[in-house]
Amino acid sequence: MTSTTTTKGVLSPRKKKASLPWSGLMFWIIIAIWMIPVAWLVLMSIRPSADILAGLEIIPSRITFDGYITFLSKDIWYGAYLNSLTYSTLNTVMSVTVALPAAYAFSRFSFAGDKHLFFWLLTNRMAPAAVFLLPFFNMYKAVGLFDTNLGVAIAHMLFNVPLAVWILEGFISGIPREVDETAAIDGYSLPRFFIKIFLPMIRSGIGVTAFFCFMFSWVELLIARTITSTEAKPISAAMTRTVTSGGLDWTLLSTAGVMTILPGILAIWFVRKYIAKGFALGRV
Amino acid sequence: MKTRNNKAWFLVLPVILTVSFTAILPLMTVANYAVQDIFSPTDRLFIGMDWFYNITNDPLIFNAFKRSFSFSIQVLLIQIPLGIAIARIMPKSGWKASAALVMVAIPLIIPWNVIGTTWQIFARPDIGLGGYLINKFIDFNYTSDPLDGWILILLVDVWHWTPLVILLVYAGLRSIPPAYYQAAAIDGASQVAVFRFVELPKLKRVLMIAILLRFMDSFMIYTEPFVITGGGPGEATTFLSILLSNIAVGQFDIGRAGAFSLIYFLFIQILSFLFFTVLTLQERAEVTKAK
Repeated sequence: MTSTTTTKGVLSPRKKKASLPWSGLMFWIIIAIWMIPVAWLVLMSIRPSADILAGLEIIPSRITFDGYITFLSKDIWYGAYLNSLTYSTLNTVMSVTVALPAAYAFSRFSFAGDKHLFFWLLTNRMAPAAVFLLPFFNMYKAVGLFDTNLGVAIAHMLFNVPLAVWILEGFISGIPREVDETAAIDGYSLPRFFIKIFLPMIRSGIGVTAFFCFMFSWVELLIARTITSTEAKPISAAMTRTVTSGGLDWTLLSTAGVMTILPGILAIWFVRKYIAKGFALGRV
Repeated sequence: MKTRNNKAWFLVLPVILTVSFTAILPLMTVANYAVQDIFSPTDRLFIGMDWFYNITNDPLIFNAFKRSFSFSIQVLLIQIPLGIAIARIMPKSGWKASAALVMVAIPLIIPWNVIGTTWQIFARPDIGLGGYLINKFIDFNYTSDPLDGWILILLVDVWHWTPLVILLVYAGLRSIPPAYYQAAAIDGASQVAVFRFVELPKLKRVLMIAILLRFMDSFMIYTEPFVITGGGPGEATTFLSILLSNIAVGQFDIGRAGAFSLIYFLFIQILSFLFFTVLTLQERAEVTKAK
């Protein structure tokens, strides 16, 4: 495939100066190829379902906006979309709030069992969601969180809290300790220092962390689908349930797909400068 | 040096409470299921370690394990070199860099089931662009040929997650001072030498993170094969998570699923521990070098 040949091309020795414009062009060609499936999805969302199934068309012969009209007028669709937005946002706020003091503690203090605790937190980020399906289903039913947006938000904290602690710890460690000490000499108490001085200093880190929490909650399907039925049904579940219930409307399904990409693109735009640092967990 | 202060536990307390509810309690519940044979909520039998014996001798689970493990290895072998290669040719400044960052990150922000749905159609030989083009050269039908099914899931994962490696390596490359490159240029170093002696040492840490995240996440892959192949053709793409959720939610075989979950989780714990140890050793080595 194209990918492997480019790997060789870049790593193999070649003349130094001549390589620069060539590699720039190469990058944009790769990106263009990479974007084809996304373009395909957008294209499907404006073609009638019958046409999609009838055969391959690069340039659509008929265009319809029925998918978008249905999506925005039927509450099983826009309602599910709002559910996903709600629990992702809730999850982001809760995860970041809980993770901030912990990340500060891990970055600044050493305390009994800190290393073990940090490691143990991370293993929860790595834990397969499938392991938690049964207990989540039973527990959330028992405590009345089943099929609520709050329930999904809490369940997603399983992997988002460790991630948030990890990223924030990296960003916080980038701020010199002298800042804390100066504030202490000036008579700031820890909570006041934290809110008045420290939070504004790490706001880019908080932004990136929020982005990641939102994204990972937004894209997750397995847990969200298992602990909801109708009231808090997420958009991803609405889509898979359409698949299993027979008669597929591919136009509508593609429309829903396009709609789910929008919040992410919007969010990336705001954090684009720090996103790479965020992916490196604040450690570069 | 960090200040020694055990009161810091109060700052960590909210996290501990949260994770107790989201992780510890569920895991204890799973452990509880794993030692019982549950026929109905009122009718259950303590059977000790029987399920564990049953699980470790189950060829179905062992095969899924082998599948998941070799999938993760293949994912690493493709995505790490490819990610490095693309990150090295990414624009480094100006609006081009911003545009490149946003576009590279797009696959990462698409819900996993949407990625599945898109590729499900895209790869179909009759009505999908990708499947159609490939069939011009070779026979490719992911719904009937197990190998094609496997290749498609691998390809989708490469498409979905190589951007993560690209962004990590890109962040690592950006942290290399230009003076290093200038020194290399004065020495007349080749591209290979620049990569080997200037870039690679600086990339060690981000690469460790990339390998850790990519291995773990591909080892628990669920949504894409669930949507695209449903674990087939045959059992070609029945990975551990798919098998587990079939047993747990599909067949509601609670005891067996519990034992399976515990072993699966334990394996992940051990692997994380190995990765984490290497990572901290590396950090310590860097700190001592800096001094």
